[in-house]
Amino acid sequence: MTGILVLEQSLNGLQFGLMLFLLAAGLTLVFGIMDMINLAHGSLYMIGAYLIAAASLASGSFWLGLAAGVAGTALFGVALETTVLRRLYERDHLSQVLGTFAILLMCNEGVRWVWGSQPMTLNPPPALSGPVELLPGFSYPAFRLLVIATGLVVAAGLWALVTRTRLGMQVRAGASDREMALAMGVNVRRLFTAVFGLGAALCAVAGGMLGPLLAVQVGMGENILILAFVVIVIGGIGSVRGAFIGALLIGVIDTAARALLPPLLERLAGPAAASDVAPALASILVYVLMAAVLFWKPQGLFPSHA
Amino acid sequence: MKWTSVRVVALAASLAVTAGAAQAADAVKVGLLSTLSGPGSGLGIDIRDGFQLAVKHAGGKLGGLPAEVVVVDDQQNPDVARQSAERLVKRDKVDFMTGIVFSNLLLAVAPPVFQSNTFYISANAGPSQLAGTQCNPYYFNVAYQNDNQHEAMGKTVTDKGFKRVALLAPNYPAGKDALAGFKRYFKGEVVSETYTPLNQLDYGSEVSKMRAAKPDAVYIFLPGGLGINFIKQFVGAGLSKEMTLFGPGFSADEDVIRAVGEPMLGMFNTSQWAHDLDNAANKRFVADFQKEYGRLPTLYAAQGYDAARLMDAAVRDTKGKLDDKKAVRKALEAARFESVRGAFKFNTNHHPVQDYYLRVITKDSQGRVTNRTLGTVFKAHADAYASTCKMPS
Amino acid sequence: MPDPYVSPLDHRLRKVPALVLLAALVALPWALQAAGQDFYLGLATRILIFGLAATSLNLVLGFGGLVSFGHAAFVGAGAYTVAILMQDGVASAWIAWPVAVGASALLAAAIGAISLRTRGVYFIMITLAFAQMLFYVMTSLKAYGGEDGLSLMSKSVVAEAVDLGDERTFYLLVLAVCAAAFLGVQRLLNARFGHTLQALRENETRMAAIGFPVFRHRLVAFVLAGALGGLAGVLLVNQGGFVSPSLLDWHQSGLLLMMVILGGVGHLYGGLAGAAIFLLLEELLSGYTTHWKFVLGLVLLAVVLVAPNGVMSFGRRK
Repeated sequence: MTGILVLEQSLNGLQFGLMLFLLAAGLTLVFGIMDMINLAHGSLYMIGAYLIAAASLASGSFWLGLAAGVAGTALFGVALETTVLRRLYERDHLSQVLGTFAILLMCNEGVRWVWGSQPMTLNPPPALSGPVELLPGFSYPAFRLLVIATGLVVAAGLWALVTRTRLGMQVRAGASDREMALAMGVNVRRLFTAVFGLGAALCAVAGGMLGPLLAVQVGMGENILILAFVVIVIGGIGSVRGAFIGALLIGVIDTAARALLPPLLERLAGPAAASDVAPALASILVYVLMAAVLFWKPQGLFPSHA
Repeated sequence: MKWTSVRVVALAASLAVTAGAAQAADAVKVGLLSTLSGPGSGLGIDIRDGFQLAVKHAGGKLGGLPAEVVVVDDQQNPDVARQSAERLVKRDKVDFMTGIVFSNLLLAVAPPVFQSNTFYISANAGPSQLAGTQCNPYYFNVAYQNDNQHEAMGKTVTDKGFKRVALLAPNYPAGKDALAGFKRYFKGEVVSETYTPLNQLDYGSEVSKMRAAKPDAVYIFLPGGLGINFIKQFVGAGLSKEMTLFGPGFSADEDVIRAVGEPMLGMFNTSQWAHDLDNAANKRFVADFQKEYGRLPTLYAAQGYDAARLMDAAVRDTKGKLDDKKAVRKALEAARFESVRGAFKFNTNHHPVQDYYLRVITKDSQGRVTNRTLGTVFKAHADAYASTCKMPS
Repeated sequence: MPDPYVSPLDHRLRKVPALVLLAALVALPWALQAAGQDFYLGLATRILIFGLAATSLNLVLGFGGLVSFGHAAFVGAGAYTVAILMQDGVASAWIAWPVAVGASALLAAAIGAISLRTRGVYFIMITLAFAQMLFYVMTSLKAYGGEDGLSLMSKSVVAEAVDLGDERTFYLLVLAVCAAAFLGVQRLLNARFGHTLQALRENETRMAAIGFPVFRHRLVAFVLAGALGGLAGVLLVNQGGFVSPSLLDWHQSGLLLMMVILGGVGHLYGGLAGAAIFLLLEELLSGYTTHWKFVLGLVLLAVVLVAPNGVMSFGRRK
């Protein structure tokens, strides 16, 4: 186990964790403030990736595509919130689960309708598709460095927004005690719409960053959505800080498990175990972690509710 | 479940309307079940397009009878594949089945298809199980057996003098067959042999392990979107400067080249077909495919095309009497058709005996990045499982 | 003589319409054959099986008030147990089926014992997590097919004279089993246990204050639901001859939830109605467009927004 291997895997884990944070942040705010379970959050990520891919293709520039896609997804999110989702705020969790599940289905089919069943190609900007020499003898993909940088910048921006601005104050008040915030005169409707739009924009950024690494395809948001839910349960619903810690934790643990378990199992139980059991075990580990956190801290690591 | 019904001839459509009508030999029904969505969709789409081009070349007919091709998406899901196959053979009562890309899906679909006495002509998946101990009179593979291209690469990599190789393939029957085939002919040291989940798209972990292991060459079998992702990440991590990448034809064909582009220049690969093979059938196929679909065909398209041509020959030789299963089988075994690979012959286990060529990715005279055939690695090569197949007569 | 007291927590079987429905279902195979549409008998069988699965979910969801997002785990457990036993040589239904139902019940007991200690969204997440864990376990066990699933070599053997390979025989058996299960559920709901369960849904705090063992009641309901779900899985694997981990996926759990809400959460016939609506819509729409899931989503959304108590609530006189 060389130092470079550890360094590279740590960077990969950091990269994954930061992207997970972008998704989890929006999800936890929506849940914390509007008390709404949103299964369609992953669909915003997917739509973001598709819009960015389409815009990049049309304009020939990754950056233009990114900007256009993020703006478009934010608009879509706002439209979705004002027309359909706001009717679900007052409803019970079951209705929210099913209503947003319905939207998930519609988004999947809608995307398939518009762009077809074949995945879309989203290429990183040509300047960043090569390696960067971080240490002598160790080159790391430039694009992954961009992803990490983007994640950190957005995280910093979110922190500033939540702790230093008026909007952020209202967000924190709403997450902590909604009735009180209402009583103090917060314009709830606008706040909710703003939060949802912000969440959608964050999803789109994640989609644009992960699209070139994975694939821009129908249903791409679903696996990562489940992980995002696990993150916010661990981190504490409504807490952006919790989402950050939780996402990094899950990102690093998931990446480490996928890297370390196969050779470990190979040594213990042979190569078949390494390729069959290790990936499953790595996935299960995340859920076991969630169950463990819930056992000791039922409200998550950083509960925001009073 | 997704259905796309493609009526090649409207006449055949009206014939099929009355449910339960006697399946008289006045039309040929083909069920084309393939992966048309997800990262593997490029392969299925090519098989479908090649198949339909062949039907078009025959005037919308197969063996002189109007052809109805029912196209269904298996969504790369064994459940969906199985249910769709059951519908095709039980409700639609197709005469032939074809199209599946992935070997795991084929193995899930095979039992109900064979049980209903329907012929399956594989245009891609060639698992070793169906070439050896589980061979079946109703199963024909017009493409290849899974191990073959990798066997040819194993020999090529040995001949080129590479001593330490890292291996990577997805964890499913064809992936296992691939590395088994490679190791059968590779005489050097296997530094690592990794099987990744079939749906894994991020190879960051595998790339960093290769960096640490420092082999001189890396051999991958990653079909379709998987290969595209890996190659981009491999090049992005700078590993292409430290070790040479090899792959079978699957991982280096037009679909991957279109997505990855110039970084693939110089990559060697082997295949049983190439678009510059010099025979009349191939020239016509390649020219018309480009005209019809606006892109160069991959080997998947060539396989789809040949599957249709094989069916065409069988229907013609049995004079449309498709209910006589023994006669159809004999006609299929005789394989009297012009393949885009030249002369075509089946082995006793219904798999082809054919040549395997070495190709390299270069720029052609028009400046396009594409494959060029260099020479032959194996002549008249049979698969390693034929001897274990006890084909019932 | 005053009418006998009918509790608002009771669910009337409505004998006459029920008997008519049963008669129609029994006659279905012959009717379909006469119309030359034999293929659709398979669809009818699937509707019955999913009706059973949805009803079992309705037991905890509709009557118990617990949103379980992992119910597919129990259906899958039943299916896999039968398939695994078959692979190991046990083909007799008399052995395999009870074992499968027992396995699902045991699984439900284990999952319920942990999950029922949580509330609200945490309950949803934990049931989801457990189902996903089972999903990953089954994909990793290559001995049992892994990701690609397990085929049944033959149908379960009930008796020499009864060939489950024959579609009609299988359908009638499924009908018998589902009818019996359905009757059992109805009896249960109208008995003291069922009343307690529904009372717990209405006001848990009060029930706890009175002294009802809340946790125990819910756990029993959860286990019963799991067992019935397992029974549905047993029938399902026999119908398709195949089981794969995708049966355990959270999408499947979502589908079951969808059926319940379409049909009517908390209504006796809700599960059956929902399964019928969903599968018929799927069959009908997929013939017209490949994008039928869009229409399905639209219908579901409309139901959630407009008729949150499902289709069956239209018929209710309240």
